[in-house]
Formats: sequence, C-alpha cells, structure tokens
Amino acid sequence: MPTPTSPPTPASPTPPGEHLLEVRDLHIEFRTGEGVAKVINGVSYHLDPGETLAVLGESGSGKSVTAQAIMGILDTPPAHIRSGQICYQGRDLLELPEEQRRQVRGKEIAMIFQDALSALNPVFPVGWQIGETLRQRLGMSRADARRRAVQLMELVQIPGAASRLDDYPHQFSGGMRQRVMIAMALAMEPKVLIADEPTTALDVTVQAQIMDLLADLRRDLNMALILITHDLGVVADVADRIAVMYAGRIVEHADVRSLYRAPAHPYTKGLLESIPRLDQRGGKLSTIRGLPPNLMRIPSGCPFHPRCPYVQQVCVDVVPHDLVLGDGRTSACHFAQEVHDDRAG
Amino acid sequence: MFRFIVRRLLQMVVAFFGTTLIVYALMFAGQGDPIQALAGERPVTAAQRAYLTEKYHLDATGFGGFFYRYFDYLSNLLRGDLGESLTGRPIGEILANAWPVTIKLALIAIAVAVIFGVTAGVLAGIRRGSIFDNSTLLLTLLVLGIPTIVLAPLAQYLLGVKWQLFPATSGADPSFYALLLPGIVLGSLSLATALRLTRTSVAENLRADYVRTARSKGLPRRRVVTVHVLRNSLIPVITFLGVELGNLMSGAIITEGVFNIPGVGFNLFRAIRTEDGPLVVGIVSVLVVVYLVSNLVVDVLYAVLDPRIRYE
Repeated sequence: MPTPTSPPTPASPTPPGEHLLEVRDLHIEFRTGEGVAKVINGVSYHLDPGETLAVLGESGSGKSVTAQAIMGILDTPPAHIRSGQICYQGRDLLELPEEQRRQVRGKEIAMIFQDALSALNPVFPVGWQIGETLRQRLGMSRADARRRAVQLMELVQIPGAASRLDDYPHQFSGGMRQRVMIAMALAMEPKVLIADEPTTALDVTVQAQIMDLLADLRRDLNMALILITHDLGVVADVADRIAVMYAGRIVEHADVRSLYRAPAHPYTKGLLESIPRLDQRGGKLSTIRGLPPNLMRIPSGCPFHPRCPYVQQVCVDVVPHDLVLGDGRTSACHFAQEVHDDRAG
Repeated sequence: MFRFIVRRLLQMVVAFFGTTLIVYALMFAGQGDPIQALAGERPVTAAQRAYLTEKYHLDATGFGGFFYRYFDYLSNLLRGDLGESLTGRPIGEILANAWPVTIKLALIAIAVAVIFGVTAGVLAGIRRGSIFDNSTLLLTLLVLGIPTIVLAPLAQYLLGVKWQLFPATSGADPSFYALLLPGIVLGSLSLATALRLTRTSVAENLRADYVRTARSKGLPRRRVVTVHVLRNSLIPVITFLGVELGNLMSGAIITEGVFNIPGVGFNLFRAIRTEDGPLVVGIVSVLVVVYLVSNLVVDVLYAVLDPRIRYE
C-alpha cells in the first residue's frame, strides 16, 4: 500500500486566481420559518481548465446548493450566503453586480439539471428554447438561431435533429430530453459545465450513454466539468478528482484512483462498502447506519460522529480540519491516517 | 383535434335536446290552465279560449299532448323560429334587442377583470408576501364575500345616487357610460377570482424548475418573468376567463335587474315572474347553445395554449 509522503498536516489555502474556478470557504444558510438551516459550512473546491471534478454526497449534503451558488441562481431569501468567495478567472463572482453576474451565466459557466422534463419549459418547442440564448445574448436572427440549434442537437447526437426542432419537451424520451438540456447549455460554448445529477432520472443503459456523451463533449470542447452525483459508480470512469460532501462540508477530496483504492474518511469508506459488488455474492451488503443530520441541528464536533464506526470522544468535542495526506488528498477526519491505512475494515 | 371537436358537437346535440326538454317540461307540464294564466285575473271568453286552444295545440292532453307540443316547438326552433311570447312579441326580436346590451355589459366586465385582475394578480404573484399582495388578498376576500345582491344596490346607492358619479339606472337603449358601473360591479367578482388565480399560478410557476433553467441561461429576470413564467401562468387564467365570458353572455339576472338594464338576464327574470312559458323556454334554449359553444371554444383554446394537452 502507498504510504503518505508526509505526516498529516493542516491544509493551507492556495492564493486566489490560480484556478479556473475556485470556491473558497463558502457558508450558506437557509432562513425559514422553522429556523436557520446551515446548508453549506465552509466548502472549498477548485477546478482547472479541462478537468472533471465529481462532487459526491447524499441528498441534502449541499452539493446542489454549492453549484447553484456558483451559478448565482439561489433564491435569496430563503438562502443567504454568509461568507466565502467564488472566484472565476480571478474575479469573485459574489462581488459582481447582478448584470455582470448574468453575463457569466450560460456563457462562461453553464448548468444542466437532474429532471430535464421539468427543467425545460413545457410550452415552448425545444428548438426555440435552445435558440433563445443565441437570439437574446448574441442577437442572432431567428433563422440563424434555428440553424445553430440543429447543429447543437446534432452535436449531442439527437437523431433527426432538424425534424425535431419544433417538438415539445414532453414529446422526447428521458435520454433525449437530457440531450436537449445539454445542447442548450452548450449554446454559448461555456468553459465550465456543471451537471447536477444529469443521469439520476434515467434508465441505467441511458445513464451510461449520457455519461459517455458528457465525457466526449468535455474532451472535444475542452470544457471543465463539475459532475454532481450521489452515485459512486457513475463517477469512476469520467472524473479526475472527487470531492465527497457531508452536512455541507467537504469531508474528503482526492483523485479518483487513490480514493477508490483507499478512502481516508469513514463516510467515503461507508459509501464504497455499500456498493453491491459481483465478487461479494451472497454476503450481506453493508450500509452506513443512521440518517443524515438535520441541518438545523448539526451534531457537535465532526458532524458524522453519530454514524461513524471510528468515533472517539475527540470527534464529539472538536471539529476536524482538513488533513493533507499527500498527493493533494485531504480528509476532514481526526483519524484520517488510521482510516486510510485500515483497508481490511 | 378534429375528431375531438366532432365528438363534442355530437354531445352538444344531445345536451341541447336534453336541456330544452327539461326546461319545457318544467315550464309547461305542471301548469294548471295556461290560458287562464295568460289572461291573469280577467275572464276569458269561450271564443278566445277556443282560439288559444287551437293556436297552442292545447286540445291534446297528457303525455302525448305534451310531446306533441314539445316537438312542434322544436321543429319551429330548428327552422329558426323561436315563437312568440305570451305578450305577442316575437321572441327572436326580444333577444335581438336584449343580446347586444348583455354582450356590451359582459365585455366591460371581462375587460375590468383582465385589466385589473390579471395585472394585479401578476404583481401580487411576483411579490408574494408584500404589502401589495396582502392588501389584494384582503380586498378580493371582501369582494368574494359580498354577494352581488348586496354589492350591486350598494354601488348603485353610493356611486349612482349619493355621489352621482354614474347614472343610477340605464334606460331602454343604454350607452356605454350607463353600463360602466354595472359592468364594474359584474366584473368585480370575475376580477377577484382572476386575481387570485393569476397570483397563485404566477407564484407557483416562479418556483418551477424551468425558471431556474431560464435563469442559468443568463436571461434577464424581466424576460424570464414576462416570457417563461407568464406564458405558463396564464393558461388557467385564460381558461377561466373564457368560461366566465360564456357565463356573462347568458346575462346577469341580479345586476341587470338592479340597474334596470334591458339585457337577457332582465328579460329572463321578467319572463319567469310573469310565467311567460314560451319566452322562458325560448331564452333558455338559446342560452344553452351559447353556453355549449363557449365551453367548446374554451376547450379548444386550452389545447392551443398548452401543447401537452391533446384531445384524441
């Protein structure tokens, strides 16, 4: 097994402007009638040109909220960004006035969503919806926008693109609808594409097709991709790095290969062990006990401690900081090294 | 769509015969002596009685006689002859005079509902929870809570009699100005419903996933609201207004009665009160057709507005 080159040390922040996109110490809360839910509690991640970052986590872990904060499409209120930075090409997007922020959306950073049926407007034809961005933002003529929409639909491999331009979203199958979404997101040739659970609502066979398409497009168009998912199986083939989120924090951050080989956070370890595997036939599938925390009452210390098999008193008392394990890996666990080394467990 | 319309037209034929039969039966089957009812308190001579019995085929009695007269009426109706009222005026002529007034009144009411109701509803929906939103909710609750039978005389007294801003009643051939106050009273109910419907619909659509998509495309908020949200939100509102226009076309008995407007509702009410059977049946027959047609138009309009609706 690979031994870390250096003993675990607290992570030091990198200076801004080094990466294409960088989220730094983001804190977001939702203020509702029932109280304040701390949804994002100090999330930091970065993205370099052309790379794929997978953001992994259960529902409610904050992965989508972080993405929506990057896009600037969070509803405020109830959401409230308490602190942090979202730097794109060295500029803090959170500091920009709305009008300049809007220019970034779609053109620099685009996003596709989980359920393409509800994410597309039901009363407009898909060609119109793809072309809308081009007409509105580039001032393209109606005819040019239609021609470009056909090209985009061909790019995402929709068969008979030209004849389907005037069809409505409900007339497409789930996979084709997601392709329409992708075509729409690519209209302005963004440098970053955020895919929020793009395959969750799809059949397994179609999931693989969409993932392949996204991987191909990322390579051909030299985009950077943030892939948000709760499915570890989906990310293994396409992602370069993985950030695992739990209760609004990044608990582990590593390149795909080393994370799969030896997870350094008990939560990641639990996730990996709960994937059914063909070579473990007949055995009982292990699960992570308990439920994700209520974000209005996040447990003290390490938020994962009530569910953690490695729990000690220090986990209840002290919030763990990111520990660097070498190769740029970090884990927010007091016992990161032990978990990492404990491969048999 | 074509098959849907044909099927609906066939259903309309059945509905038309059914309703006219029921109305005809209600009006004539239980009547004791129609000739005496016609004459009221005055005595009827034998010659008059013989003439009227002959004219209205009253010599046939029982079920046979009833259906004989009903089919006689229907065959006249299908030839476009609505018959005569008991006062001797052709019913077609009465309706030709009354309908333009009622249509004018209905259009004023719908215009009030669209201009104020839909606009305020959109604003309230966008600014949900604001002072504007809450005050419209309170006002519409008030309007919806007051029945027309109270609202109409109240408006007439305050705006027409006391402050004299509008004519208190309209004459035989009412002007647009004379119809304005009754139109607003009549429209206030539609206004309140349209406002609430629009508000809910806009507020709901603002939260829809496609709005998030539209925003992430980098469209200005103005365009997101006026194109994406409104196009979806107004589908139920337009459907409601279509049905409402159909209702208003069939006359407003109370409002027309209070403001003395010689429209369809006014004539219908007078016919019922004076037990003018032919006039009641004549007006109701035409109302049935108006109502059926307006409902069909609304159904077709719905499919045009929402591509997800397909009638097959």
